Amino acid sequence: MMHSLNKHVRMLTAGAALSLILMAGAPAFAETPADTLVEGWAIDDIITMDPGEAFELSTAEVTANTYNYLVRLDLNDTSKVVGDLAESWTVSDDGLTYTFKLKPDLKFASGNPVTADDVAYSFERVVKLDKSPAFILTQFGLTGDNVTEKAKATDAGTFTFTVDKAYAPSFVLNCLTATVGAVVDKKLVLEHVAAVTPSDEYKYDNDFGNEWLKTGYAGSGAFKLREWRANEVVVMERNDNYYGEKAPLARVIYRHMKESSGQRLALEAGDIDVARNLEPGDFDAVSKNTDLATTNAPKGTVYYFSLNQKNANLAKPEVAEAFKYLVDYDAIGSTLIKGIGDIHQTFLPKGVLGELGENPYKLDVAKAKELLAKAGLADGFSVTMDVRNTQPITGVAESIQQTLAQANIKLEIIPGDGKQTLTKYRARTHDIYIGQWGQDYFDPNSNAETFTVNPDNSDEGKNKTLAWRNTWDVPKEWTEESKAALLEKDATKRAEMYKDLQKKVLEKSPFVIVFQQTEVAGYRGKVKGFKLGPSFDTNYVFTVSKD
Amino acid sequence: MTIPETTQLAGRKRARANNWAKSVLRFLVIIITTYLGLLAVTFFIGRVIPIDPVLAVLGDRAPAHVVERTRELMGFNKPLYIQFFIYVRDALTGNFGTSVLTTNPVMTDIRRVFPATLELATFGTIIGSLFGVPLGVLAAVKRGSIADQIVRVVGLVGYSVPIFWLALLSLLLFYAKLRWVAYPGRIDIVYEYSFTPVTGLYLLDSFWQGQWDVFRDVFRHIILPAGLLGYFSLAYISRMTRSFMLNELGQEYIVAARAKGLSETRIIWGHALRNAAVPLVTVIALSYAGLLEGSVLAETVFAWPGLGLYITNSLQNADMNAVLGGTIVIGSVFIAINILSDLLYRTLDPRTRAR
Repeated sequence: MMHSLNKHVRMLTAGAALSLILMAGAPAFAETPADTLVEGWAIDDIITMDPGEAFELSTAEVTANTYNYLVRLDLNDTSKVVGDLAESWTVSDDGLTYTFKLKPDLKFASGNPVTADDVAYSFERVVKLDKSPAFILTQFGLTGDNVTEKAKATDAGTFTFTVDKAYAPSFVLNCLTATVGAVVDKKLVLEHVAAVTPSDEYKYDNDFGNEWLKTGYAGSGAFKLREWRANEVVVMERNDNYYGEKAPLARVIYRHMKESSGQRLALEAGDIDVARNLEPGDFDAVSKNTDLATTNAPKGTVYYFSLNQKNANLAKPEVAEAFKYLVDYDAIGSTLIKGIGDIHQTFLPKGVLGELGENPYKLDVAKAKELLAKAGLADGFSVTMDVRNTQPITGVAESIQQTLAQANIKLEIIPGDGKQTLTKYRARTHDIYIGQWGQDYFDPNSNAETFTVNPDNSDEGKNKTLAWRNTWDVPKEWTEESKAALLEKDATKRAEMYKDLQKKVLEKSPFVIVFQQTEVAGYRGKVKGFKLGPSFDTNYVFTVSKD
Repeated sequence: MTIPETTQLAGRKRARANNWAKSVLRFLVIIITTYLGLLAVTFFIGRVIPIDPVLAVLGDRAPAHVVERTRELMGFNKPLYIQFFIYVRDALTGNFGTSVLTTNPVMTDIRRVFPATLELATFGTIIGSLFGVPLGVLAAVKRGSIADQIVRVVGLVGYSVPIFWLALLSLLLFYAKLRWVAYPGRIDIVYEYSFTPVTGLYLLDSFWQGQWDVFRDVFRHIILPAGLLGYFSLAYISRMTRSFMLNELGQEYIVAARAKGLSETRIIWGHALRNAAVPLVTVIALSYAGLLEGSVLAETVFAWPGLGLYITNSLQNADMNAVLGGTIVIGSVFIAINILSDLLYRTLDPRTRAR
């Protein structure tokens, strides 16, 4: 009997091995369906699909492809906007009232008509929910109490928006291109609102469909959102009710893939059509492959490191200046960020109104040593830097560590997860923080404000800009200039003011801006019309087709 | 003094019932303390990790006033003991809350991710035991031979090579170069919307529904991660089998069996392995439980949407509801497997049966 058991085991083993080989050995036929675009992309930042709540970069792209706004960025000239749902708009003489005329016969994916009432409801829910991106609208003086008056439908095709100051029209319109300005289907959302018990923190009796819209969809864009599964997949399908040209593809699928190397393998094998998170080495390999193509676009994100002014050594102006001379910009640009970034030392990214684009600093150890000696730190000092565990940040931090050492500054790198370093940064307990800053909306004010405004530098300060996070007491005149630029109607003058501010920050601030991000993508040769936009919410897929 | 037989019998019965009640009680106490311990540990971890849990709900870019308001809404400014009390109360009523990461109730998420891990772990364990046990036996019987050396090297490699490295290499070889297996993930996009899983065990579901192309696709996805996990448990199982077998083969009953003239095959498989099987069951069960926890690294490399990946993601995002839910599931799995191996133990080893 035991004999037969032995035989059994042997047969089983052999059988298993054989079947493995038979089944696995069959030729692979990896190819994505012809009407579907499959993108490999790290989408683990997505926490909600509600355009009134979402403020994450991946969500921005999905919202941009599935919803419409009143106006959109003009991709041919990103300092301008073009109408999306709005056919035309006028600004009153006092600069306070914006009147938008909607295009005729617009429909949501659900079939409901798009009316000015939907636009007004979209504004209302954003302001009343007051989630992360709401400040983009509330900065115009909207509050829960006045929003229905300040943002309202005067008739089915006309929407008026009243702001509290005579802002530069370019500022107001630029803000309306943000995803928080997406127009939702009021009728559909109202079918899904959940009751809420009003409290001190939240005064309203319903959630404006927020719970449902976290995974639901109520838009009118070129695609409709079919499904989002956290850390797995986002599926969009063509919306046949879209007012513009219909998307050539029936379906777009974003597959969550974290690793660059994995994306490259899958792209080469044809399991995905587009790889979105390629690191320099993989990007290089993809660009050499004749079956594949690559594209890139500068994005509105700058990478910088900043010196917390609570640290006595870092608070010395000479030290801040010395740090700017202790970065090997050339080496970083030609290796660590090759293809995925460009050296950029001013706070406004390329493509934004008023961008200065000067990079005066070079690695100059002698100069830095001189400055340190002036600060009484000729023998250097020790300092820590909080570094999140992702490339290229880690690599850049290590490069800075080496160059700082040449001037006797001993940099200790404290590695951490993104949220961990950020928690510390927000609490102002870091010495040096290295990270990226992405524009909140496509207007120079977004970065100007965070780099040059800090009205209350105490730990209790309410306006927690980057300047505040680094305990930097910004000179009053700078803050004033930044605020004045917001009201400057003449776009050329406005641009000049921002250029002046950038020069000042470049010379005298605890911020060392190193480079601007270039977003890259590799794609299969049969994919046609794939382009990355100037911002994360202009990466459109509704023009993409496949051979 | 003699005791009447009936009293003696009744006494024995009572003693047996007593024993039984005692073991049930002991079992309950173990379960309760384990669960309470789990709750305390997850709570503690949630409070000491240097990540602001509000960030998980709001993302990186939320303005300060929204952060403050959310912190209050989530109850993070209440005293710790009140927070712990609320936490335990919610857990006891089976309310693990909603995952902030996926916006689903935690139990819904776990029902979705656990089958993925279960399928992978089961497959891996089957491979591991199917190959590991015979290899271990072989190594023990041919102790010191080339075969033994090879088995030991195979085991050593399985023991010491990091799984993510081997996983990446095998992906490169079997997926990128040879194209034998499918891309990471559980199933091809093509089938994602034509196939409706019932149990969540895709192999079983597609087999049951007779969808052979789906079955093939699922198999091509699972074989590499399962093979790798199988290899790692094989390394462990073969090593343990070898030492258990060596121990048994040195016993006197083996000498007796040989003296009786039994065939060597029968001695090895019928006598020695049968006795070695008792501790082996524990080894296999533990390695199975280990895989059921979700092999974090393998699941990451193979984009396998299982429990390990789910908990890791949640932990990194300070999504404590999800972490608690996942931990409770793992705790339950461990307890269940322990009970199961206890039962198996009893059927395999007559001495452990209740007297």
